Amino acid sequence: MSQTEQQEKEPLFSFRNVKLLTTPLDDENPITVLVLGICSALAVTVMLQPAVVLTISVICVMGLANVIVSLLRNTIPSRIRIIVQLVVIASLVILVDQILKAFLYDVSRQLSVFVGLIITNCIIMGRLEAFALSNKVWPSFLDGVGNAAGYGIILVIVAFIRELFGSGTVYGYPVMERLGVYELGYEDNGFMILPPMALITVGVIIWVQRARNRKLIESSPS
Amino acid sequence: MKKSNTYIFLYASVMVVIVATVLSLVSTWLGPFQERNIEVAKKTDILKSVEKAERVREVDDRHSYIYEEYEKYIVETYVINHKGEIQDDIEAFDVDMRDEMRKPLEERNLPVFVSLINDDSYKYIIPMHGRGLWGPVFGYVALNDDFNTIYGIILDHESETPGLGAEISTSGFQERFKGKRLFDEDSEFISVKILAPSDSPVEGHSVDGISGGTMTTNGVEDMMYDVLSSYEDYFRERRKEQ
Repeated sequence: MSQTEQQEKEPLFSFRNVKLLTTPLDDENPITVLVLGICSALAVTVMLQPAVVLTISVICVMGLANVIVSLLRNTIPSRIRIIVQLVVIASLVILVDQILKAFLYDVSRQLSVFVGLIITNCIIMGRLEAFALSNKVWPSFLDGVGNAAGYGIILVIVAFIRELFGSGTVYGYPVMERLGVYELGYEDNGFMILPPMALITVGVIIWVQRARNRKLIESSPS
Repeated sequence: MKKSNTYIFLYASVMVVIVATVLSLVSTWLGPFQERNIEVAKKTDILKSVEKAERVREVDDRHSYIYEEYEKYIVETYVINHKGEIQDDIEAFDVDMRDEMRKPLEERNLPVFVSLINDDSYKYIIPMHGRGLWGPVFGYVALNDDFNTIYGIILDHESETPGLGAEISTSGFQERFKGKRLFDEDSEFISVKILAPSDSPVEGHSVDGISGGTMTTNGVEDMMYDVLSSYEDYFRERRKEQ
């Protein structure tokens, strides 16, 4: 009890709370370190715009889902907790989908099935299980937003690389054409558009990240 | 924490009722907005097939702009059957091509949107619906008043692969259809072929496909053939009049 009282007195953006927000961006990135949510990282990263809208949607769904589950955490019967979490996530995703259809119809048409696929994103379920179910509302919210952002950052980086080299555009803007590299004999790499290149790109990102961040390298078993 | 079965059942029931209420309220509240969006999107697609509504991305009030343009350029709409006879009691705009294409040919209601552009040339716009690789593909094709030459086409899809099959919705691909013909010199119905690398082109009736998007473009090709062949008798009738 003394620990919870201590937490209540904590400022909103205490060191620990900020850490919740920032560690998923690098040290505990859901995609590159925990290797969760890979499936959608492969599916929606051909173009930048769907990746960005999906990132925003995931941030909303995950922040809210964490808050709701955290609010309910003392009432949820543990035997049906997975179902409860699923219902919360699915309802939020339907809400996001409905709102996009009503007010951002063009974007919703572009994203089509991907919004529905947020339900199956393992990161959301994972964070509800691992964090929101046993933590207070505000830290849960930060944890949700942080993890969604960590997921989104990788999504956007991969989408940027794939769109630039695969289609020669960035956010639909024909960068390569404006640079005039096509006249020099440059060609778009069609391979970048195919799903395997997303996997390879994620692999390269993991490599770069580990080269930079020594903490991530497991000590070899002796 | 350990809870009794009664608690679990109650918890689940209450949760389901709350969620159902919230979702149906939201759906009722947003319903009219969504229907209006769908109507405007449909009108935009119809107008785009004859290269109107080109400022749709710039205007602030997109809805009233589209309503205005639609009033201005779409002068007549009617529904025909496969023999080309006009069906009086059906509103063309309300016909869903997805449902019609599932019916046998004899029962299909086939909408025609007549557009008058530049005050002197009539274009006949036909809605299309078919299957791509992952989901539906659809669009509108506008024919010149010779009922043979394609004036413009607009294509869209629900869930084709971005960068591959999804490229059918780009103007770069749709431009290729302009001026292609549905009937050959002997008045044989051919429709338009979308070529894969191994296919040989047919003069006036074929367009280049999309690399990596062959399954989708095959769907588009089938869609055009299936839809336009339902109108074949009507087109022939109108061609004879000229």
